Amino acid sequence: MTDTLRVDIWRGTESGQFQLFAIPRREHQTVLDVVTEIQREHDATLSYRFACRVGMCGSCAMVVNGRPRWTCRTRVRDVVDDGEPLRLEPLRNFTVVKDLAVEMTQFFDKWKAAQGYFEPGAEPAADFAVVPPATAERQAADAGIECIGCGVCYSACDVVAWDKDYFGPAALNRAWTLVNDVRDQAQSARLDAVSGSEGCQACHTHMSCTTFCPKAIAPTYSIAGLKRAVLRRGLRGML
Amino acid sequence: MMRASHKQRGFVAAMLHRLSGIALAIFLPLHFLALATALNGASALDSFLSVTRQPMVQALEIGIVVALAIHLTLGLRVLAVEFFDFREKTLVPLSVCLAAVFAVGLVFVLNLG
Amino acid sequence: MTAVLFLAQRTTAFVLALAVAIHLGTILYATRGGLTAAEILGRTHGNAAFALFYGLFVLAVAIHAPIGLRNIMREWTSWHGRSLDVALLLFSLLLLVLGLRAVIAMYSA
Repeated sequence: MTDTLRVDIWRGTESGQFQLFAIPRREHQTVLDVVTEIQREHDATLSYRFACRVGMCGSCAMVVNGRPRWTCRTRVRDVVDDGEPLRLEPLRNFTVVKDLAVEMTQFFDKWKAAQGYFEPGAEPAADFAVVPPATAERQAADAGIECIGCGVCYSACDVVAWDKDYFGPAALNRAWTLVNDVRDQAQSARLDAVSGSEGCQACHTHMSCTTFCPKAIAPTYSIAGLKRAVLRRGLRGML
Repeated sequence: MMRASHKQRGFVAAMLHRLSGIALAIFLPLHFLALATALNGASALDSFLSVTRQPMVQALEIGIVVALAIHLTLGLRVLAVEFFDFREKTLVPLSVCLAAVFAVGLVFVLNLG
Repeated sequence: MTAVLFLAQRTTAFVLALAVAIHLGTILYATRGGLTAAEILGRTHGNAAFALFYGLFVLAVAIHAPIGLRNIMREWTSWHGRSLDVALLLFSLLLLVLGLRAVIAMYSA
């Protein structure tokens, strides 16, 4: 193993340039270790995000050698060969605030626009809902419920890159978990929300979201579920 | 540097599907015009068909037949995921699609010879 | 795309999956040893089943192709809105008219 790791880091906003750093190479470094060392000991003006450091919060997501991933769970030795530089960029499809930090507001606005939130209804429930975990709906919801909103899927999605209005995989995946929540009272409004031109129909099954999701969620199949749900409702309305 | 997501098989499949669709959309009006030369009798269609025996045109014909096979098989893959909750876990489904396309192309080429 | 366009495109996709499979199979079978107009027209002339099958094929294509192109134009170019929809409707009519004309030509030649 060579002694030095070269690190190319994006500096600036939408416009800017890459800045090259060189730091000691250590066997068990994660990419988060690298960025932190650079910011603390080489350039205090470098901006980046992290929080938990242990793969639970998703704050540290960025593009590492072309792939969107969590830096705290990415070991340097897994992504660079000897002598190769490490290249760090902010997540794609987000507005860049500065350097490696991006603006998450639009991401969560789309979450809301897709009705990706629980609607309890006007009347409080009389008793606890009984939802057996083995039911088909609960299993479908559970398959997508672990999303922590890290933005990796949104960064990887080509349709988001081509159509700024497209809701994207995370918002639609969340909507799907709620479509399968038998307690939710806004099913019709939610299907309306996800069936416009920025909704589930725009997904072309490239499956980049599913490939890169660090929680092994498959938004592609959630979105396919939404497509079927929208069509079923449409056909019922016609007949 | 090519984006990592552009090396994924889903993206490659989607691009083959999209580009073959564009090729077919351009080809079809020409195909309809060619067939309609039969309005002027069998000999009119025949003289058009003789044009299609040139090697350049035959190469394009093979291309269009392959494009049709690509668009069909990869379209079936999309319909499987969307309507039959098909979970693609390995490279096998895509490989089957491409093998079918190859077979169709091969048969067509052999027929031309 | 909207839910209606999506339904139209996926429905015609199922129809075309069948029609294209039949068409490809027929073409691969019929082009053995070369193809002449007489051979083609011999099969299609006065053949009602042929006319019905290919008439429906043309209709399905005239719906399916423009919707696909609409997605491509909206995603890959800056063309969208009413003028794009009108242009694609015209393209749909073009496919329909030329296609049915070809079917009639081969049925009646």
